Amino acid sequence: MAERTVVEAIRDALAEEMRRDWRVIVLGEDVGVHGGVFRATDGLLAEFGPERVLDTPLAELGIVGTAIGSALNGLRPVAEIQFADYIYPAMDQIVNEAAKLRYRSNGAFGCPLVIRAPYGPGVHGGLYHSQSVEAFFCHVPGLKVVTPATPADAKGLLKAAIRDDDPVLFFEHKRTYRRVRGEVPDGDYVVPIGRAAVRRRGRHLSVITYGAMVHQALEAAAAVVPEGLDIEVVDLRTLLPWDRETVAASVARTNKVVIAHEDNKTLGVGAEIAAFLVEELFEQLDGPIVRVAAADAPVPFAPSLEEAVIPGPQQLIDAIRQLAAY
Amino acid sequence: MAQERLPTRTRAEAAPHDLTDAQLLDLYTLMALSRAIDERMWLLQRQGKIPFAVTGQGHEAAQVGSAFALRPGEDWVLPYYRDLGVVLTLGMTAREVLLDAFARADGPSSGGRQMPAHYACRRLNIVSVSSPVATQLPQATGVALASKLKGERAVTVCYFGDGATSKGDFHEALNFAAIHRLPVIFFCENNGWAISVPVSKQMPVAHVVERARAYNMPGELVDGTDVLAVYERTRAAVARARAGDGPTLIEARVYRLTAHTSDDDDRRYRSEAERAEARQHDPLPRFERVLRARGVLNDALLAALQARIAREVAEAVALAEAAPLPAPADALRHVYAA
Repeated sequence: MAERTVVEAIRDALAEEMRRDWRVIVLGEDVGVHGGVFRATDGLLAEFGPERVLDTPLAELGIVGTAIGSALNGLRPVAEIQFADYIYPAMDQIVNEAAKLRYRSNGAFGCPLVIRAPYGPGVHGGLYHSQSVEAFFCHVPGLKVVTPATPADAKGLLKAAIRDDDPVLFFEHKRTYRRVRGEVPDGDYVVPIGRAAVRRRGRHLSVITYGAMVHQALEAAAAVVPEGLDIEVVDLRTLLPWDRETVAASVARTNKVVIAHEDNKTLGVGAEIAAFLVEELFEQLDGPIVRVAAADAPVPFAPSLEEAVIPGPQQLIDAIRQLAAY
Repeated sequence: MAQERLPTRTRAEAAPHDLTDAQLLDLYTLMALSRAIDERMWLLQRQGKIPFAVTGQGHEAAQVGSAFALRPGEDWVLPYYRDLGVVLTLGMTAREVLLDAFARADGPSSGGRQMPAHYACRRLNIVSVSSPVATQLPQATGVALASKLKGERAVTVCYFGDGATSKGDFHEALNFAAIHRLPVIFFCENNGWAISVPVSKQMPVAHVVERARAYNMPGELVDGTDVLAVYERTRAAVARARAGDGPTLIEARVYRLTAHTSDDDDRRYRSEAERAEARQHDPLPRFERVLRARGVLNDALLAALQARIAREVAEAVALAEAAPLPAPADALRHVYAA
């Protein structure tokens, strides 16, 4: 076991997969000489050379389209979008092409592509370095969407994504890059896509969450222990396909659900989970499903403004207390 | 709006260097087969037997001539929806095309999932066609990137129309391909129309090929109704790409002899005079004249060829009509790999 930050774990995953499989290439803006603006690809150019680590032009559509083409011809590309906020020029290639190549060709062609992007607020990033874009992609059959919260998961899930034959959006919460450290198993291991993890077992209420909010949820759970509240925290880890089984088992145990994410509330991933729970587990619920999410506004820059938009620790604790008392 | 006078760089109607008489006849046969299938699909659509037909009539010389210069199954091709002549030249059959047009389960391109003319063929490296325009261009760059990394001699040819050159995909694809000197040929079939929008409203330059300079790649302007000229120019670009000398932009000037698709009525935006002028540039009679002059075709041979093609198309239609539609249970298959 070694201790790693999230970004170090990601870098390790990339290097190990590139050593293991000559078909894995990395492409994106500043990923080569600079090692990535967050250093996620540091050292890769020196080890693997410019044919496998490409500094691309500033062209998200072209980055993803080129990656798709290289995947069609036998490579396993890992494309980086520098900030998730800049992924939109590539939406056509992701949604109309990568997601649908297998289906529209009746299985003849596939697209084993990974698109990595830092996402999430809380870093004084303003509107365009703070967005959570996962909900857009969770709506698209044919894609997979992964949001690790820990170094061990970041490494194992990125390996899984690279080995997956389907296109995977791999969203890395930028607030976790250097602030979250954790034990990472030695050797080659993979964390399966599509499986949630129960981070904390509890009796009274389940917090279903992902990304940086997993750590907030664990802190909130610790904060309410003195009040006699025993909170379960489920880290979804994958958003598409999300782990209905693990979430359902948790709800069967606690019968109360808070869904928490930093994406804005309307039509965020929480809406899908809430709808599923009401459809399938209505009898298990002892109270309304509560969503703790960002306000429906862009993420502003000034700290006083950002705090008013993104869900803070107190908001989560208040929601837990209120629902627990219902 | 008549197409402006095409530049006279054709000398290929004097004997091309390496094509035998048999190959010349092959070229004509493929063009004629493409035309015959094309016309039949319009008929089927008007009869209500298939819901939709999209056409390449007038493009045959550009499509067949260029594809003839490739190695099917080794080289990669990313066509667009007009490219019936391309896929037939590479080795798809009339039967396969008609199965796709009728959305049959055994249609090789998509098993009935896509509209007609959205070709795909794994064994021939024909990448699945989609409807959004120009998305195939950056993908072609990527296919070529992989070829180069793997040290393959395969070249990639990407086909598209004049409208596609206005998309950002066009710019980003050519830019990247040129920076990395990738073995990809960008082949524009410029027929002067993007549905109803003429090139004068589509671009501020007279020729698509002028943009090649902006990407520091060779640009070739060719008469797309002269199959031998197209073959020669494509062959040269392919040789350059295989030798590691990077991409080429080829612009083939062609004429769209019909409306955009069976859902379009081009009398709304094209004058009868312009449409009549387009018919003057039909590549089939032009090549027929060349072959008659060389003794490769005569009345008897042509009649026999046309009869054979008619039989092939009729058989393909009958087969496709009788074939089963895909099963409803198949509708959710292949969303994911497993």
